[in-house]
Amino acid sequence: MQISKKVQDMQPSGIRAFFDLVLGMKDVISLGVGEPDFVTPWQIREAGIYSLEEGFTSYTSNKGLYKLRLSISRYLKNRYGLEYCPDEEILITVGVSEGFDLSLRAIINPGDKILIPSPSYVSYGPLTELAGGIPIYIDTKDEGFKLTPRILEKHIDKKTKAVILNYPTNPTGISYTRKELNEINKVILKHKLLCISDEIYGDLTYDFEHTPFATLSGAKENTIYLNGFSKSYAMTGWRVGFACGPKEIIAAMTKVHQYTIMCVPITSQMAACEALQTGRKSVEEMKREYQRRREIIIDGLNKLGLGCIKPDGAFYVFASIKKIGLDCLDFAQRLLREQKVAVVPGTAFGRGFDDYIRISYASSLDNLKEALIRIENFLKNIRR
Amino acid sequence: MGCEKITYNSSLITHNSDDKGGGMDEILEILEKDARTTSDDIARMLKKKPQNIKEAIKKYEKEGVILKYKAVINRDLIKDTDSSVRALIEVNITPQKDVGFDKVAERIYSFPEVSSCYLISGTYDLLLIVEGKDLHTVSRFVAEKLAPLENIKGTITHFLLKKYKEDGVILKQREENKRIAISY
Repeated sequence: MQISKKVQDMQPSGIRAFFDLVLGMKDVISLGVGEPDFVTPWQIREAGIYSLEEGFTSYTSNKGLYKLRLSISRYLKNRYGLEYCPDEEILITVGVSEGFDLSLRAIINPGDKILIPSPSYVSYGPLTELAGGIPIYIDTKDEGFKLTPRILEKHIDKKTKAVILNYPTNPTGISYTRKELNEINKVILKHKLLCISDEIYGDLTYDFEHTPFATLSGAKENTIYLNGFSKSYAMTGWRVGFACGPKEIIAAMTKVHQYTIMCVPITSQMAACEALQTGRKSVEEMKREYQRRREIIIDGLNKLGLGCIKPDGAFYVFASIKKIGLDCLDFAQRLLREQKVAVVPGTAFGRGFDDYIRISYASSLDNLKEALIRIENFLKNIRR
Repeated sequence: MGCEKITYNSSLITHNSDDKGGGMDEILEILEKDARTTSDDIARMLKKKPQNIKEAIKKYEKEGVILKYKAVINRDLIKDTDSSVRALIEVNITPQKDVGFDKVAERIYSFPEVSSCYLISGTYDLLLIVEGKDLHTVSRFVAEKLAPLENIKGTITHFLLKKYKEDGVILKQREENKRIAISY
């Protein structure tokens, strides 16, 4: 066998077959999409197109366009009072995905343990393994899907290197207030851990202000802050994000990045500059739209007996199907076959979530309402 | 493609931040995007009581803030023997003593053929949108009914050849969803 053992040992996606099933069907209302249903706002697309017309087609600095790093630095300072030097403390990455991979590769020594609150985004565990680390999952089910100081402490030992935070979270939509984050920070500081904070959905926090982890007292020196343009500016396909952190860590990440990627596509970087200049209004409009849809979907799901903890942000709901009596893969497959509605089984996001499905409300109101009707019909048929 | 929209008279909206009927502008914003949105759905989206929403909408209708609900139709996609022609007509008028342009404008926009009428700055005074069955009908209207009116100094007629975008709606065929159906 010619494939590397490391890759062979990586957890394969347990639901690949289900995904292929969805992709093979027509006229499906998909509530399983992890990206906005909005198109990138026109003036941002225009900036990208214009940059091509003007002939900007070459490599940029490995770290990313200086003017983009400068814009990000100014944005973070104005919005959160967070200061990062554009020269040494900011790196433009191919989405948060690459930023996350680089973070792990920059800090992990073989055998280091990385704490991952579960349910979690699918790549955290596999990328930790790929970087030579050991993922330690912390089940948050009994804590309302929140990482609490109590369960965090329980999982820390001498080999623990870092904690991964993702808030608002994919797949639950849960986020944390400043007070809650402070409590987590205390534990991290006590054990001298690092924190990789994936805040890609930060701008899509609905009921309270989002608090970047690095703004907490004493946190900045130990935190790699990851963010990007994919979700809030609807730029998923442009693949542009950024990492901010202490200069030694950013330098290490840049070292890897310069060999693997060289630089993020220049078109995407130029479009991202425009996004920071003029895209705020569009972000607020999209956020308002998601918020309204959230109300409709939560109301609808609760009425159907699919309880869920109200998400604070992002565009996901992690709904419990315990009362239905099917496991999540069964539920998802039958729902797809019988009513042509696609949802993502909870086990995609961690072991032990057989009683959950992730529903994405990044879809038009008409689609959401139609999907709720179809789910209702599906449930009626099961209960008969 | 069709979606319903409302027309509203923005000069009648006063911003009132403490009304219990729900964020005034937000209700109008939602209805303007899709006039078929039910009061119950609006109530859910804005976390308000359905009764308050219904009352707010009735108030808007009564005050003329919401003038009408209509569907925006893409006529190019309808195979119609009664196809219509639209023209933009610039009109130069001599304002009447004591009443200015308003009375003259009223005489003009009272014609059912005139679907829109605006007072504009620039070389011409009024901008009309006129609809008729065909080119001849519109030309006849201008020549026989419009131009001879007292106070009309002159007109220029532009025929609309193609509609690209109207009232914020791009009149292209609804495109298929470009996203892949399932992703993390």
